[in-house]
This record gives sequence, C-alpha cells and structure tokens, in this order.
Amino acid sequence: MTELTVSIKNRAGIHARPAALIVQTASKFGSSIWLEKGSDRINAKSIMGIITLGASFGTPLRILAEGKDEEAAAAAIQALFEARFEED
Amino acid sequence: MSTDEKKFTVLDLLDLDLKEQNALDLRCIGGRKGLSREITTPDLNRPGLALSGYYDSFAWNRLQIFGRGENAYLKMLDEAGRTDNLQKLFAYPMPCCIFTHNLSPGKSFFAAAEAGDCPVLQTDLTSSEFSSRVIRVLSDIFAPQTTIHGVLLEVYGIGLLLTGDSGVGKSETALELIERGHRLVADDVVDIRCVNGSTLMGQGANKVIGHHMEIRGLGIINVTHLFGVGAIRDKKQIQLVCGLEEWDSNKVYDRIGTEELTTEILGVRIAKLEIPVKPGRNIPIIIETAAMNERLKKMGYHSAKEFNQNVLRWLESENARALYFNRDDYL
Repeated sequence: MTELTVSIKNRAGIHARPAALIVQTASKFGSSIWLEKGSDRINAKSIMGIITLGASFGTPLRILAEGKDEEAAAAAIQALFEARFEED
Repeated sequence: MSTDEKKFTVLDLLDLDLKEQNALDLRCIGGRKGLSREITTPDLNRPGLALSGYYDSFAWNRLQIFGRGENAYLKMLDEAGRTDNLQKLFAYPMPCCIFTHNLSPGKSFFAAAEAGDCPVLQTDLTSSEFSSRVIRVLSDIFAPQTTIHGVLLEVYGIGLLLTGDSGVGKSETALELIERGHRLVADDVVDIRCVNGSTLMGQGANKVIGHHMEIRGLGIINVTHLFGVGAIRDKKQIQLVCGLEEWDSNKVYDRIGTEELTTEILGVRIAKLEIPVKPGRNIPIIIETAAMNERLKKMGYHSAKEFNQNVLRWLESENARALYFNRDDYL
C-alpha cells in the first residue's frame, strides 16, 4: 500500500473536469486506487464518487494505492494535483 | 461520399412528383422537341425587357416566366405583326418559357418556339405563387448533396444519424429502436442535402428500396410491412450524429459531456457523440437517452454543465465555510 498526501491547489476545487482527469489517469493503472478526505474513502476510478467528496481549495487529501503498479499510480495522481489540473 | 452531377432537364421538372402546396401544375403546350433542355440554375427571369428589344444582360439561361403583363405585350406585338423580336428571343437557348394564369400566347409565338426548339409550358398558378414554389423546388434540387453510409432515424423527434464501420451493429441498433416505437428514415445509404445553407435534410437514396433493412441472419426485411406505417418517415432533418465504434480500451471516452464534439457534413456543423460498443452495453437505450438529452439541450438545459455549476457553487461554499470556522481538522 502506497500512501501520499496532497492538497488542492486550484481555486475551483475538484469539479467535473478535474474529476474526469483523475479517473482517466487512475484507469490506466491496474492497482486499486482510493482518495481519502477525513474519514471518507472513495474509489479514484469513479467520477461521481470523486465529485461527492466535495474537495475544495486547500483541502488536504490522501491518495492510497494498492497493487503491482501502486507507486507509479499514486505518483501520477499526485502529479495532477501538483499541476493544478492544468487550471488557473 | 459522392456528389453526382446529374443533368436536370425540363422534362424532369414536368415529371416531379410534388404534392399540394408544392405542386407546380405544369404541362407542355408547345416546343416538345426542346424538353430535353437542361435547367442549369434555380433562378427565374421575367423577359419583359427582352421582348421590348433590349437584350443587354439578358438572363437567357434562367426559366423565363411570362405573366399577364408579358402576355399582353406579346398580344400587342402579334396584332401589330411585329414578330422579328420573337426570332431574336428564341435565338437564345433558354431552358423553357412558362406561362402563368393559364395564359396561352398567340400562334406566332408557338411558331417561333418550335423553330427555336424551346419548350413552352403552362400553369394554373399566379406568377408570384408559381415563382415562390418553383424557387423552393429548384433550390432543393440544386442544393449541395452527399451520401453517407449509415442509418437515419427519428428518435423522440430528433433526427439521428447512426454511423460506424460495417458490422458494428448499426442496423441491429436501428431495429431495436424501431421496435421501441421510433421511426426509420433510411438504412445503409442516406442521401443528405444542405437546404438554406444550414439545414441538413436526410432521406433514402431510392424510393423503391426505401424502408427495407438488411439484418445479418434474417436477410432483407420490409420495415413498413413488419412494423406499420407509423414506423417510417420519408425525410428528416439531421440534428445529431452518433458514431458507433468497437470499444477501444486505450481510447479516452467522454465521461462528463461538457465538451461538445461536432462533425461537419456539407459545411454544416452538427453535434456528434462517440458511443463505444461492447457486449453488455445496451446501445438502443443509450441512443434514446442521447436523443432526449439533445432535446433538453435544445430547450436550454445542459445537464452536464448545470451539474458542474452546482458542484462549483457547492465547493465555493465549502471554501467559505472552511475560512469562517478556520477549520484545520480535515485530516
């Protein structure tokens, strides 16, 4: 299990477009990937799940990945957050 | 795709099968030898000036419309025995002369028309009514045209063109949609015309083979006989294109629907959806939903955009709350 902590750097937070980006990236990996906000854990391959988290600007999130390519997967998702989902 | 350049002759104009408010009521009253003359433009001309002897910029290649005024002038010429002008007129290879109001010219006119091989037609309609009808009919005939391999259906009132490679299941999907009460316009070969520069009208390429479908394993079926006359339609404006394709696991499919794909047919932009096909996906239901969603969009409600706006508003209020309470307890 790989675990990384990120915070949301784009002003708008995770709305539909960033959620789709996360899902597209996550779907490329075989590992199971989750996002955690507080005590809520959702599957990072579900768009509606990610939006339901309601992750707004500045919210800290945990990326969890488990499987063969878990490290690459967690790093790829982290990169999206760092790049502000190509926004702002 | 092909754009065939077929000749449209005066005889074709007489043979057009038009109904009610489109009928031209034309018949030939002279110059039959010229019925094979080609009509090359959808425009009309009133030859008043030409009759009076002024031939500069005479639009001889258009349909020549003779109304009451022209006919009265012809009568005057006839009575005065001045037929030299008519010889000059028929020296131009006009497609045809059309008399409205059921008018008929004098003998000298017929003689000159026969000599010049120019067909003379007659109609019951008034000049203005005939003009507007014939312009409508001709602009349809002269409209840019193409044929596309696909199935055209009417789904919840939306003209929907299914495209995709052979064997992807276009006809089977169409059959299921017809079974569910939607209408078939054309299968396999769809003739598309661009009317008014912005509207795409689709219809079957051939009236005789229209409304038949080829279903693998069944052969040719007659949709009108099997599903009734309510299951078919002759013509429909194309409003949405659905491209069916084999599911490609490396390809990224639209998951939200805020980005709108379009495709271009005859220079007209039209909304397009790419729908991946794989076992277990009920394509007809997806297509029905796509058509309903398209109607909703046309009414001004865009599901995906509206949804995202709500999410953004919600995230914004969460933001404000976090600041207010100065919360630092997310994790």
